[in-house]
Amino acid sequence: MTNYIKLIALGLVTLFALIAANYARDLAYLVNALTVALVAAGMFVWTLRHTDEPKPKVDLSGEYMDGVIRAGVVATALWGVVGFLVGTFIAFQLAFPALNFEWAQGFANFGRLRPLHTSAVIFAFGGNALICTSFYVVQRTSAARLWGGNLAWFVFWGYQLVIVLAATGYLLGATQSKEYAEPEWYVDLWLTIVWLAYLAVFLGTIVKRKERHIYVANWFYLSFIITVAMLHVFNNISIPVSVFGSKSVQVFSGVQDAMTQWWYGHNAVGFFLTAGFLGMMYYFVPKQAERPVYSYKLSIIHFWALIFLYIWAGPHHLHYTALPDWASTLGMVFSIILWMPSWGGMINGLMTLSGAWDKLRTDPIIRMMVISIGFYGMSTFEGPMMSIRAVNSLSHYTDWTIGHVHSGALGWNGMITFGALYFLVPKLWNRERLYSLSLVSWHFWLATIGIILYAASMWVTGIMEGLMWREVDANGFLVNSFADTVAAKFPMYVVRGLGGVLFISGAIIMCYNLFMTVRRSPAVDATNSVVPAE
Amino acid sequence: METYSLLREFADSWVLLVLFAFFVGVVIWVFRPGSTKSYSEPAGIPFRHEDKPASSQSRPAGADAKEA
Repeated sequence: MTNYIKLIALGLVTLFALIAANYARDLAYLVNALTVALVAAGMFVWTLRHTDEPKPKVDLSGEYMDGVIRAGVVATALWGVVGFLVGTFIAFQLAFPALNFEWAQGFANFGRLRPLHTSAVIFAFGGNALICTSFYVVQRTSAARLWGGNLAWFVFWGYQLVIVLAATGYLLGATQSKEYAEPEWYVDLWLTIVWLAYLAVFLGTIVKRKERHIYVANWFYLSFIITVAMLHVFNNISIPVSVFGSKSVQVFSGVQDAMTQWWYGHNAVGFFLTAGFLGMMYYFVPKQAERPVYSYKLSIIHFWALIFLYIWAGPHHLHYTALPDWASTLGMVFSIILWMPSWGGMINGLMTLSGAWDKLRTDPIIRMMVISIGFYGMSTFEGPMMSIRAVNSLSHYTDWTIGHVHSGALGWNGMITFGALYFLVPKLWNRERLYSLSLVSWHFWLATIGIILYAASMWVTGIMEGLMWREVDANGFLVNSFADTVAAKFPMYVVRGLGGVLFISGAIIMCYNLFMTVRRSPAVDATNSVVPAE
Repeated sequence: METYSLLREFADSWVLLVLFAFFVGVVIWVFRPGSTKSYSEPAGIPFRHEDKPASSQSRPAGADAKEA
């Protein structure tokens, strides 16, 4: 019966998407509408072919729902490589402008590819990593199967659709010009639906948990899901110019709009890239080290301090703008206070290894996790420092910011995700171990050296261009033109690109290693098989 | 009073105080007597149900902890 309702709904979606494509006012909208029509039509056929098939009733409550996590692991690895590849390419576009090919102008020039890179790594790679690890962790720490049955699959595929719509939209020019919130109104609406379903699955699983306590990792994941929902809705309040076009107009304007954007932007860092990934840290580091977290008390304080402070830090993106001074001072002060919980969390993660430090020598996965926590500490020191108004006057608009972001994103988010993937794949595919530990070591060193090349070159070029911009001669005239700084940055841009090449080589080695783990590694007796053991 | 001034007054007076008091309360709560013992139970959660959910025969919540 539900299949008939599904068929009617999918048929209607296909029809309306085709009508929308027919009336489309711009190319991005047209392609997005056709994509939706194609997906809905494909699902229609798929549902039709499976209608009225007898479905055996199996009690699945005795096992975890791991299929969607396996899909999430694959998606994370693949989107990761895509995102890194685009990032490396645009790094070389900056070094060698000829790579903005004439025949691809308007589609593959830096301006179009840059949001594709940021969204691919943050939302496609990071988002899929967060969704699949949160599904894994919430089941294991609640001792309960995911709530909502196939709703988890809806979350997975719905999220992939968001990524595809956003990515094709960027290349064809649909953007609302808000950094990290570029997707236009209809993608925003769809993401809201998917995100609420995600919240329902996660919260539903917590509600039906068999453990008395909600493990600390779930607190971090939950705060990430709720806060991102709130941020997303408020930062995307816009009115479409036409229902048949991708262009929309923001309801906020001027400095209010800027403040909302950076309230969103900084908390996207704070809750998407920090709180969510801390959830990963609080589960996978203890698991890989085979000992409980160093201090559970500290983890609770870490949680409350982090969510109390992060939400205030956004205004530090708007120093020396139309934003009132008191607001940017507030943002700066809270950013500096934020240093304490961040380092508390870092110490908690690192000290989880106390008594097991020897594992650093033998286990490249734990090495990866430890260096990710190290980068977490480093970038959460650098960030508060850069939020100080005097430092910001030098660093803002320079490549220093880019270096800071990447030491956090490649070092902290990337490395902890790689560690989690190496942990998850043997478990999820019932393999005894990874295919090759020495390949993990290769990945570790390639990625680490890549990040160091990246961050170091960006420090040099960032501080250099900041100093060049403010250099004045004896008569008070500016010494350098903007083009002078661009020319001076060339060698550092090449080094940065090479860092990217190393980082993506490591990621490709990881994909090969994980693929061979599934294909070749000896299997263990299935512990999470189709039929419950009893 | 305009919304801006009203909200600003909330933010730098008693709302600030309430939030700060809540946070201090959390810290004091975490360090309450006997907390070390009660937190050793949730700290072990990742090591309990790796392969299968807790069996569905209605066991009291936290029963696993007492066995451990």
